[in-house]
Amino acid sequence: MPSTPAVPASDVDVAAPTAMGGAGGRIALRERGTSFAALVIPPLLVFLVVIGAWILVSQVILAESKRFLLPPPWAVVNVAFLDGHNRAELFTSLWLTTKAAMVGLFLSIVIGMGTAIAMSQAKWVERSLYPYAVVLQTIPVLALVPLVGFTLGYNFSSRVFVVVLIALFPVITNTLFGLLSVDQGHHDLFSLHKGGRITRLVKLQLPAAMPAIFTGLRIAAGASVIGAVVGDFFFQQGTPGIGTLMNTYASELESERLYAAVILSSSLGIAVFLAVTWLERRVVGRWHTATRGTR
Amino acid sequence: MTQTITASPSTQAPPGLTFDAVAMRFPDGTQAVEEASFSVAPGEFVSIVGPSGCGKSTLLKITAGLIDATGGHVGIGPGNLGYVFQDATLLPWRTVRGNVELLGELEGMPKAQRRKAAQEAIDLVGLGGFESKYPKSLSGGMKMRASLARALTLQPSTFLFDEPFGALDEITRERLNDELLALFEREGFAGLFITHSIAEAVFLSTRVLVMSARPGRIVGDFEVPFAYPRKPELRFEPAFAELSGRVSECLRGAFA
Ligand SMILES: Nc1ncnc2c1ncn2[C@@H]1O[C@H](COP(=O)(O)OP(=O)(O)O)[C@@H](O)[C@H]1O
Ligand SMILES: [Mg+2]
Repeated sequence: MPSTPAVPASDVDVAAPTAMGGAGGRIALRERGTSFAALVIPPLLVFLVVIGAWILVSQVILAESKRFLLPPPWAVVNVAFLDGHNRAELFTSLWLTTKAAMVGLFLSIVIGMGTAIAMSQAKWVERSLYPYAVVLQTIPVLALVPLVGFTLGYNFSSRVFVVVLIALFPVITNTLFGLLSVDQGHHDLFSLHKGGRITRLVKLQLPAAMPAIFTGLRIAAGASVIGAVVGDFFFQQGTPGIGTLMNTYASELESERLYAAVILSSSLGIAVFLAVTWLERRVVGRWHTATRGTR
Repeated sequence: MTQTITASPSTQAPPGLTFDAVAMRFPDGTQAVEEASFSVAPGEFVSIVGPSGCGKSTLLKITAGLIDATGGHVGIGPGNLGYVFQDATLLPWRTVRGNVELLGELEGMPKAQRRKAAQEAIDLVGLGGFESKYPKSLSGGMKMRASLARALTLQPSTFLFDEPFGALDEITRERLNDELLALFEREGFAGLFITHSIAEAVFLSTRVLVMSARPGRIVGDFEVPFAYPRKPELRFEPAFAELSGRVSECLRGAFA
């Protein structure tokens, strides 16, 4: 191939270079233009409203005698977070619950993606496994408690099992959806140049599925926290998780610590969500424009 | 260069493309192509114009082996086959360079060689400087250039184009026509080009075929006498208008 351009490089579509610079500039601007203030102030306002409502209910609406149902925020801080013993108890459990959620999430991703890949490779695998993936989703954990507890023990492993039970389905469905919704034109391109099964999977289907996989991951991440708390609740042997503590505090009417536990588990959910969002931006942010509509 | 897509294992096929009574009936009963017989020699650039849905894309897919014809035979000469789709079909997660290197990668070209081939192709289509851009930040015309560059890396001796510039604005399309023409003169491949623009067909081709509405048949065959290199001004010459008029008239008949 001759290396001299058939066309001078300046011959790029009239509008192209400027449009490029313009668009690129605008995108960059918008991303940076969403200033820290614009990012932080709206949720902060909502937070203040929620705290305000909390104080209102606790101090004005609830009678003195019923205030134990919803103690004011400062009481929660005082009792749960400023007291060394209570704080240690809460954070030790939170850490254990976090571990259960993360181990379960990791297993869900490995098993879920593996299953989805197998399903995408052969229709019969999809047909035979998919119904059970759906069933998995509908089994009430409650019904499995004796079986699982007896098999895995009423402790950490069983909690992880509950996480997997809840987080697996969104990983499978979203991965499968992503793998199967590859553009026909791209498939034709690979067929044309003898792209085999593995090549197609690695160079085409998996990258194309990444945005969908992350959608599933975000759902699964939230579900993993719920699963871990529910798991704590059902399988209470060994060191208590945050769900175990919630159960205890609720039955002992330790409202301050109960709300502290709720706040901590929610924070865990938010942290996991943010971590996945950050990872998503790292992996697909450069090429994928999330279709969020123009607002 | 590895020989990639060869037509019949017999390798007796003459250079270029030979269509011999090709017919396509889809399993659902749609008769997309009724009968197509023509050939495209190296150094020939043949355009097909025809009503939408008359089987033009089907014909190219048969040629490329993406689907099997239900009748007739397509002979493809030795050498690589290039195929430019209607959409640029760039992989959005790869940069321009990554996309242009894809075919070499799939065909097992050594890394250094495909890097070199990609750079040459990128320069050739005027995308130098945009190597590390992602498709989402390219204009429609630039995406098409990248797509063209990708096909060029295999130095095809036969080139199929399926309405590659159909989605572009008039100015960009004419510009890309000029450049494609320059490429054709330089590389001398056998070109088969689908379009719904008569001006584009006449401007680019050595020969224009008109296909009838479904089931598709070749109903018109026009030699284009203008010598290469063709200047952009050719589009405004009376002879050009006269030939375009005759193709247009035939095409109107094809709708009936
Ligand atoms: N896989 C298919 N199954 C059934 N009908 C098809 C299939 N692909 C294309 N067709 C039909 O065949 C006809 C020709 O299609 P195509 O070759 O894409 O037309 P065009 O000339 O616009 O490129 C159309 O009517 C289309 O609906
Ligand atoms: Mg078409």
